[in-house]
Amino acid sequence: MPIEWRTDVDAGLAEAREKHKPVLLDFSAAPF
Amino acid sequence: MYPDERVVKFISENFVPVRVDVRKNPAPMERFGAFWTPIVVILDPSGTERYRFEGYLPVNDFLAHLTLGLGHVAFAAGNFEEAERRFNEVVDKYPESEQAAEALYWRGVARYKKGDASALAETAAEFTRRYETSSWAKKASVWKKAS
Repeated sequence: MPIEWRTDVDAGLAEAREKHKPVLLDFSAAPF
Repeated sequence: MYPDERVVKFISENFVPVRVDVRKNPAPMERFGAFWTPIVVILDPSGTERYRFEGYLPVNDFLAHLTLGLGHVAFAAGNFEEAERRFNEVVDKYPESEQAAEALYWRGVARYKKGDASALAETAAEFTRRYETSSWAKKASVWKKAS
């Protein structure tokens, strides 16, 4: 199963607060 | 490295993964001070940055960075037990990585913060046997008389 990447930064931050998990923020210029 | 099963499992278990395609959405780069790609930024659950690293890496080095980042997240939260576990994980699983020396240093600090008064001196002694040419060994050298 691939990584379930979120693409909305603020939604990801909100999810992290809710789940109390760290955020891995990946900045990439490579094609997804 | 993202297709690697170990990487997928590690990220899925430990993080909320957010990916920014900077060609389509460059605004977050400015927001997080990311001026080159690829960059991975690790934020704690409150959104405060605790660790970052740049560049493409082999899987083991990539996992070492991620694990080190989790150690720093736990350390900043005052969870020194978890921080020690994560830093130790880097040293044990990825001893050949460049992050191992940093993890050894911070493992000592986490142990000290837990109340182990001998941790700093023991860490300094360990740096005379491994990673002795690293900058982290130099930083730990002042601990030789700490206990």
